[in-house]
Amino acid sequence: MQAPLRNPRKDRWEFQKRLRIFWWLVIGMSALLIVRLAWLQIVTYRYYHTLAEANRISIVPLVPNRGLILDRHGKVLAENNLTYTLEINPANHRHLDRLIDQLSEVVNIAPSDRKLFHKLLEETHGLTPIPIRSHLDEVEVARFSVNRYRFPQVEIHSRLIRNYPMGEAASHLVGYIGRITETDQDKLDDEDLTDQYRGTNYIGKLGIEGHYEQELHGRTGSEQVEVDASGHGVRSLSRTPPVPGNDLVLSIDAGLQDVAVKAFGSHRGALVALDPATGEVLALVSMPGFTPGLFVDGIDQEQWDQLNNSPDKPLNDRALRGQYPPGSTVKPFMALAALEKGVRRPEDTIVDPGYFSFPGSTHRYRDWKEGGHGIVDMHLSIVKSCDTYYYNLANLLGIDAMHDFFTQIGFGKKTGIDLDGEATGLYPSPEWKEKRFKQDWYAGETVICGIGQGYVLATPLQLAQAVGMLANRGIMMRPHLVMAIRDHATGHTRQVTSETVTTLALKPSDMDVVRDAMVDVTRPGGTAAEAGAGAPYAIAGKTGTAQVVGVKQGEKYNASQTAERNRDHAVFVAFAPADHPRIAVAVLVENGGHGGEAAAPIARQVMDYYLLGKLPAPPAAPGSLEKKP
Amino acid sequence: MTTFKAIRQRFLAPLDPMLFNICLVLVALGLIVLYSASGSDMAKVVSQLRNLALAFAALWLMAVTPPHILEKLAFPVYGAALVALVGVALFGEVSHGARRWLHLGPVRVQPSEVMKIALPLALASYFEWRGKAIRWKDYLVAALLLLMPAALVVRQPDLGTALLIASSGFYVLYFAGLPWKIMTGGILAGLAALPAIWHMMHDYQKKRVLTLIDPSQDPLGAGYHTLQSMIALGSGGVLGKGWLHGTQSHLDFLPEHSTDFIFAVFGEEFGLIGETIFLSAMLILVARGFFIAHEGSTPFARLMAGSLSMTLFTYTFVNMGMVSGILPVVGVPLPFLSYGGTSLVTVFISIGITMSVHHHRKLVKQ
Repeated sequence: MQAPLRNPRKDRWEFQKRLRIFWWLVIGMSALLIVRLAWLQIVTYRYYHTLAEANRISIVPLVPNRGLILDRHGKVLAENNLTYTLEINPANHRHLDRLIDQLSEVVNIAPSDRKLFHKLLEETHGLTPIPIRSHLDEVEVARFSVNRYRFPQVEIHSRLIRNYPMGEAASHLVGYIGRITETDQDKLDDEDLTDQYRGTNYIGKLGIEGHYEQELHGRTGSEQVEVDASGHGVRSLSRTPPVPGNDLVLSIDAGLQDVAVKAFGSHRGALVALDPATGEVLALVSMPGFTPGLFVDGIDQEQWDQLNNSPDKPLNDRALRGQYPPGSTVKPFMALAALEKGVRRPEDTIVDPGYFSFPGSTHRYRDWKEGGHGIVDMHLSIVKSCDTYYYNLANLLGIDAMHDFFTQIGFGKKTGIDLDGEATGLYPSPEWKEKRFKQDWYAGETVICGIGQGYVLATPLQLAQAVGMLANRGIMMRPHLVMAIRDHATGHTRQVTSETVTTLALKPSDMDVVRDAMVDVTRPGGTAAEAGAGAPYAIAGKTGTAQVVGVKQGEKYNASQTAERNRDHAVFVAFAPADHPRIAVAVLVENGGHGGEAAAPIARQVMDYYLLGKLPAPPAAPGSLEKKP
Repeated sequence: MTTFKAIRQRFLAPLDPMLFNICLVLVALGLIVLYSASGSDMAKVVSQLRNLALAFAALWLMAVTPPHILEKLAFPVYGAALVALVGVALFGEVSHGARRWLHLGPVRVQPSEVMKIALPLALASYFEWRGKAIRWKDYLVAALLLLMPAALVVRQPDLGTALLIASSGFYVLYFAGLPWKIMTGGILAGLAALPAIWHMMHDYQKKRVLTLIDPSQDPLGAGYHTLQSMIALGSGGVLGKGWLHGTQSHLDFLPEHSTDFIFAVFGEEFGLIGETIFLSAMLILVARGFFIAHEGSTPFARLMAGSLSMTLFTYTFVNMGMVSGILPVVGVPLPFLSYGGTSLVTVFISIGITMSVHHHRKLVKQ
């Protein structure tokens, strides 16, 4: 059945009726607005007038004090120091340069201060007061105060400025705060934190300062203040006090960190020391470091370029982001994998002619020692770091079993430490190679992985975590830095619990085999015998050498003929005391050469300090690092 | 002379004198307030003048375009805007936590703005096309046309704009004779769905509604805008503090004082008297639009003039309500006063369309 057609005239009447209804609605809503405005501007006019005109009211954010960062013994790693800064309010001021000229007659203003001022002026669009000088000394404060009448646009402020007492030595670890940039602001807007950062100029950028920003920042308070015509506060109307940020107690031992940094001398590299039972990081070093204070005051272009373009890459956190071939330090793990899978018994021996080759192939995978080690069992293979043994073993295990085992002990994935920007490293598998290069896996690549070369990459942190697992008898703990979070006001402390990453089902006897061999590495006859000499406690260690440049078939690696930057990286992993480990260490020295010579002595100094409280003898420290002819 | 007259006839005749003159008055008022709100910064005024040139060009172009061409364009434009909205959802640029912008080569467009005009245009064309044969299912189709873009904009998330788009579409439906029974039912269903909507809202949106009830709850956060604009308005009194003599808005207490909150600057400096004059001018604009709708000879003309005028009033009401603290803070600019090209062009296009349906009414009758 077809519905009747509409009547256009009736439709138009209906429309006009509806239009009239809406017209009255418009009138009604307008009346509502007028009533509301009249209420504000007539009835409550007095109230708002007082608020705004007699003494203007302003809501001032009260910025909380940032939490402190402390080491495990309470030594301060980041604090807030009271300093005086001179700030210019750029609003309505057209001759800023002339003003600064006049100001420089009273206090010292360097060209870099000027540059920084103009940079900040551009960034803030002149909406907020901008510092022209910070860290004024008492004489300068006095001189400015006397001349204050000449500079109505300039104010002197006492501000808390972040200071890092350890400076370069803990730069990557503690990180730094810097001015809130537009990118930071967008991020804060996205996280709906804009209100919390009203009045705050700085935000944590890196390291602990960056990762724990929300703990350290605190809660912004507010105050309703009456201000007079020139904007000076007269009276507080109501106040919500700010809540200071929490203090962070790190597991870092500042003394240990210092010893480690000094032990590196001028070498580049990284060191991670952990308590194997808890995963607490005792020292986290990346060399060279940088001066974190530069970023707090605002770094100028020149300094930035210098840091950023330096071939030493001081801004790169090698401990977390440096990915290196672990070299022979994988051998104890290879041995464990073999024992776990039952592929080889400790007493099984091979004969090492100085190379490994596949049946029917002439390609030789060479041992580091020409002529080979002769008859080698598992113990000796670790003590002497026999390559042929592990070429052979890798071939027996196969890449899939190796990939499974190494993934289990943290290779190729982030450790989950409480810092940002950690690299994943890499433990290859045929699936990975197919995906990455669209190529098949070759048996030769398995063999190379057996001695921690080829595609295998690990960060010093991953190595420390893995060797910590060995020390902790198969229980791998997640490395972490913050031990406790302390409420600054109440002193109430929240302990951070240690977290187990994985528990490997390993036989104690198997672990003993590997540990005993590692102990002999640092004893006479082992690859790190020199570094272990005279230690009153047993050190279980393993040296490693990571190739930077490949050595061709038939060629020989010769350190003295290789450019410094192309020399091998030295690696050393260790834990001590071997029977009741209290510290596990991974050291990497870039282009340091052999692990036993360059990396192990650093680890020794660190362990001596931690276990014996012994500081290294000053002249011995750099000397021990020099390469012997 | 005759050629001059012919040119004038051709180029200026479509411009309804009453609408046009009120526009000029409001635009002048806008520039005066903007100069004060931007801290006597001529650069912003010059930039707004450029926006105005573009807006007037758009107005004229709309006014000279006959309605039957607008009807033909309606669906392609609507379709393109809808596709663009889907594009925004898929690859839009994220800014401040919302996806609103779409990059098309060098151009950045905000499809939700286009939809503010495209939706009423499409709905009015649909009803014009159905003409005498409109039935229940046509309202259903129209509702679908309305809900698709609204839902996409809600997801951006931009609840404020979504509500404005939906209301401009609803006005067309209402004027097209949407049965009262359905509307009553819809309102009841809406009330019933309130708890569910509340549950679906983002935290910042909830905060805005809650602070409306008590702005002093969160003086640094969501209540900050409202509290500051109420202080600015209230201290303005009946006569205002005088042009360039506002204090609250000039001391940077007031955020967004040249865009969404410019009415607070205006109210502080020109007082209740100034506000009443502004609102009256807006009412004359709406009244003229309603008159044109009343006289409209085709459903398209009536629906466009009626719904666009009502939409213009809605923007005015929502913005003034937000600034004076009776509506939650949503990012809606005030027509004519707020700084920014997008809203200006949108407003002028809708006035241009209203002029067009009025100017071309006799041609249709013949």
